Amino acid sequence: MAKCRGLGHSVQRKEDARFIRGQGRYIDDIKLPGMLYLDITRSPYAHAKITKIHDETALAVPGVAAVITGKTLEAYNLAWMPTLMSDQQMVLPIDTVKYQAQEVAAVVATSRYAAADGAAALEVDYEPLPVVVDPHAALEPGATRVRDDKDSNHIFHWEHGDREATEAALAASDTVVEQAMHLPRIHVASIETCGCVASWNPVEGHLTLYLTTQAPHAIRTVVALVTAHLGLAEHRIRVISPDIGGGFGGKVPVYPGYVIATAASVVTGKPVKWIEDRSENLQADSFARDYHIKARLGSKGGKITALSLDTIADHGYSDAAANPSKFPAGLYHICTGSYDLSDAHVSVDGVYTNKPPGGIAYRCSFRVTEAVHAIERMVDLLARENGEDPADFRLRNFIRPDQFPYTSVLGWEYDSGDYGAALEKAMDMIGYRDLRAEQTEKRARGELMGIGISSFTEIVGAGPSKTFDILGIKMFDSSEIRIHPTGKAIARFGTKSQGQGHETTYAQIIAEELGIPPEDIQVEEGDTDTAPYGLGTYASRSTPTAGAAAAIASRKIRAKAKKIAAHLLEADEADLEWEQGRFFVKGSPDRGKTIQEIAFAAYTNHPQGLEAGLEATSYYDPPNLTFPFGSYVCAVDIDRGTGQVRIRRFVAVDDCGVRINPMIVEGQIHGGLAMGIAPALFEEISYDPDGNITGGNFVEYLVPTAMETPHWELGETVTPSPHHPIGAKGVGESATVGAPAAVVNAVVDALWHLGVRHMEIPMTPARVWSALNEHGAAATR
Amino acid sequence: MSSHHVTIQVNGEEHAREVEARLLLVHFIREELGLTGTHIGCDTTSCGACTVLLDGTPVKSCTVLAVAAGGSRVTTVEGMGNGELHPVQQGFTEKHGLQCGFCTPGMMLTSKALLEANPDPQEDEIRWGISGNLCRCTGYVNIVKAVRRAAEIMKESKENGDG
Amino acid sequence: MIPPQFDYHVPESLADASRLLLANPEAKLLAGGHSLIPMMRFRLAEPSALVDLRKIPGLAGIGEAEGCLRIGAMTRESELEKSELVQGRYPLLADTARVIGDPLVRNLATVGGNVAHADPGNDHPATMLAYRASFVGRSFPDRRSGTLLEQRHELPLQAEDRTIGADDFFTGPFSTCLKPGEILIEIRIPAPEAGSGGAYEKFERKVGDYAVAAVAVQLRLEGGRIAEAGVALTNVGLTPIRASAAEAALIGSDGGEAALDEAAGAAAAAAEPHEDHRGSVEYKRAVVRTLTFRAASRAVARAKEAPA
Repeated sequence: MAKCRGLGHSVQRKEDARFIRGQGRYIDDIKLPGMLYLDITRSPYAHAKITKIHDETALAVPGVAAVITGKTLEAYNLAWMPTLMSDQQMVLPIDTVKYQAQEVAAVVATSRYAAADGAAALEVDYEPLPVVVDPHAALEPGATRVRDDKDSNHIFHWEHGDREATEAALAASDTVVEQAMHLPRIHVASIETCGCVASWNPVEGHLTLYLTTQAPHAIRTVVALVTAHLGLAEHRIRVISPDIGGGFGGKVPVYPGYVIATAASVVTGKPVKWIEDRSENLQADSFARDYHIKARLGSKGGKITALSLDTIADHGYSDAAANPSKFPAGLYHICTGSYDLSDAHVSVDGVYTNKPPGGIAYRCSFRVTEAVHAIERMVDLLARENGEDPADFRLRNFIRPDQFPYTSVLGWEYDSGDYGAALEKAMDMIGYRDLRAEQTEKRARGELMGIGISSFTEIVGAGPSKTFDILGIKMFDSSEIRIHPTGKAIARFGTKSQGQGHETTYAQIIAEELGIPPEDIQVEEGDTDTAPYGLGTYASRSTPTAGAAAAIASRKIRAKAKKIAAHLLEADEADLEWEQGRFFVKGSPDRGKTIQEIAFAAYTNHPQGLEAGLEATSYYDPPNLTFPFGSYVCAVDIDRGTGQVRIRRFVAVDDCGVRINPMIVEGQIHGGLAMGIAPALFEEISYDPDGNITGGNFVEYLVPTAMETPHWELGETVTPSPHHPIGAKGVGESATVGAPAAVVNAVVDALWHLGVRHMEIPMTPARVWSALNEHGAAATR
Repeated sequence: MSSHHVTIQVNGEEHAREVEARLLLVHFIREELGLTGTHIGCDTTSCGACTVLLDGTPVKSCTVLAVAAGGSRVTTVEGMGNGELHPVQQGFTEKHGLQCGFCTPGMMLTSKALLEANPDPQEDEIRWGISGNLCRCTGYVNIVKAVRRAAEIMKESKENGDG
Repeated sequence: MIPPQFDYHVPESLADASRLLLANPEAKLLAGGHSLIPMMRFRLAEPSALVDLRKIPGLAGIGEAEGCLRIGAMTRESELEKSELVQGRYPLLADTARVIGDPLVRNLATVGGNVAHADPGNDHPATMLAYRASFVGRSFPDRRSGTLLEQRHELPLQAEDRTIGADDFFTGPFSTCLKPGEILIEIRIPAPEAGSGGAYEKFERKVGDYAVAAVAVQLRLEGGRIAEAGVALTNVGLTPIRASAAEAALIGSDGGEAALDEAAGAAAAAAEPHEDHRGSVEYKRAVVRTLTFRAASRAVARAKEAPA
């Protein structure tokens, strides 16, 4: 029979049918009878005492039904909520606000417009308090204390690795490079903002929560735990995650707005919709990065010896990173990267400041981008300090293919890799040696071009229960497959696509395993009443976990199908062979039964002693993380008159193991690359000393358009994961993780001969021009 | 505070409503008419998720008052293909020009207008033409390919005797 | 982000529009709305009423007459981009039209709005200064004398047009010399004489951004020398800035690199930028210098190619 289009086929996406017709159903498309609208009044101050909230000014606005304040929530013991990092954050303040744009009160009204009028009319009296925005200043003695319930602004100290051995190894190195770097705050800025519709049914004591969430089940459990004292139990909470207009980690956290809308639904007895504006989204939702890193890297005889990272982590006013790992800095200790080195030590100090909470949401597996940025910058510096080309230096220091599985000095067991092959391929594709020659010629003419490399190792697929949990829940994910009598199927998952194409790729995995064409398989996610429990989609975990579960559940079905086939063929199970979509009797290929025939028999003619039906469920707890990798090479030109960096070419060779749908994999890489160059060149959220934000709307938060984004050139190598059922590793974030360092390395490369050793990101024209000007290389034409 | 009677032709159908002066066209389309394929992604006229065709021209409907669109023809994604898939919709599917789908209606409507003005656009012209629409998922390369593919489909259908 | 409430008027004559403006001091004119509506959504502008100009006939159009390019105030930016006349004879204007906002914004944004909104970040004002353009403001002064008889009759008001040179027009950030009730109806750019050329150089961080800085240069060559020059700067001061010293440096020169360098230096000195996230004062001056050189050299090149 014809092969059905399983693994390795660029099957067109099933979900597109509705999206291209405008029939997607996103959160703001949900309208329930009697629904009210919620809008939020936010703080203009970064730190202030609230002396009075004048409810009456909002209640006087026509259409306003209620004003919800911290005091309203306090009555339900909901004014605070716990974070995943054993901290807490305000839902609505009782008496003080801790960052600009913090929620102060909410207005519920009969229309979106009336709610906005109410929120604008709501008068609040504030007494401004001193503000601390710089995390270094926050650690100084006598610094303004951000949290009234804590003794200091120091949240945690965490370290990993052997400090003494690392210091000794650095001391014994012949070359040591040292560099401070800051990865500033950035924001995922998915084009759809966050929102919810909370619908409380007082008669049945049932809550339906439509929510822009990447992790509906985890949210349901959190809501159940947070509201248990109100008598709301998990079986009476239904979380529905509709189509999501981009997530990238920004739709993992529980935001105060969700809780306020839920409380508002309880208070008013009506469904309540809250959709945040772009400004609210950028100003108050979870940020990413904000790591201040001091890095040292040593080598001896051209071989990397030891790495040391000391880090100040600015968490804002609460440690509310959606980080399910057992480490306060996530997976940051993947920082030894793609290199074989024997000593490393990493430390992180978390700090409170008067900024919004968050920390990890930007298409990244829990701080791996910070880790990759640090090591890839340092390796470049060290190569040059050794007088060597950064490519050659990397090739000599990579973990060799024969070293896998490789246990890093900081304790990660890398599953598989061939780093040299990926870098060599990328160098071939871009014509590395020719570009170097061109660079030499251009320098002689006074023109600035640079070539940058980043050879990253990712760490995804959260995660094995030894390193991850959410409130104690292990980080498996799930697949439940049911084959209908006519041989069609429905498959449900604990994950939630935000554009990754799960409806297609999961169907392809099942197709590969069972021989049922992908178009005959309906994939569903996002409704906690119907989908099996899972931890959701982020950190490139869907393929490593739920994808694996799909394969395992399919194999369970195949095992049962074999028994039915043996019954139908009157043969011994041991005499049956499988080819995609069909069992047949060994030696008699004509005597066989298709999966569709077997499915029909499962409901009409199943053997004695075997239950009817053909379905299976798998909860897959991965034995290890997966370690996708790749090498990116980027060529930039720099305008000496304006400081503008233009990416001329960008070659990305990715190895994510087995590719399920190459078209979708490439799409993921394209998007990841765009979100990789964005923080390198454009995006930043910053604060002035008073805590006023810059970058709080799309005029100032510079999401690249098609004009700023280069034409990506992709290549691939395939090194399957040995522990994943289909050898896949996950790919959603690799490019975002790997790309920024390549761009920085390229810009520094362009300026190296001038004496420039480092560039902070984003490398704005102003910043690049300053470097040029400082080194006498700015042009006036 | 004024309220106004407005009639707008949307996807070929006349819709008359009594609206507040401040009602934005995007809310007229989404809330009054229930056509939710037109999305909202920002408040600064930056992202283009709300793009519709106003008398055939792509505009950001979050920055148009419904009253000021009175008497105009509006085309939304729901009206793109007249029941069939428009070549642009085909191109976007074939070339994987969308992921989450949120920017897609606006991106496709801009592309449709672009192709009507320039049936054979090159990559730089496409990038220029869609630079008022932000996409966070695709990195734009496949959108460019999708628009090129749509141009091919339109050319093929013209050659195949539609003319 | 929802605008506050307001009254909406859509008059069919300029006289009515003017009357409405005078009757509602807190009212604003609505042209393309692409500056005003976002400000209203942020409630940074809360006009009591909007007076929509879209139904007033004769306010849009591009054409040459009486030695001028005449652009109706309600002409969409995209019409400038499409206009063969503009593309062929007014390259400085064509350059400018291509870099305002983004392509979708340009489909609704109007030339008159860009000028009259007087945002120092807007691009047309500098271009108009370099062109020595003038603006026609129309008002309808009430000349009725005090007699009861006359007041009882709704006498048609007489239109009074005032032509304002670009140098006098921009009085401060977001303010112009237009009087209450006076409406910008037309922009007039002197038709280029033989040997003219111009260019606009805008440096922006991304498409849709306001300029870090931008420079408009318009000049005319005569016998191998620059006979006339206009140089003006965008977003490096509270108003668009005419860089007279840069013009002086160009006039009389051969348009060679030395003269361009001198003009660029003078333009940088004329800039009055303030530091923000686009860069420091020093940086912005440097960008002005670079852009002036580039705009002037393109302008010279175009002047040399221009039909005699």
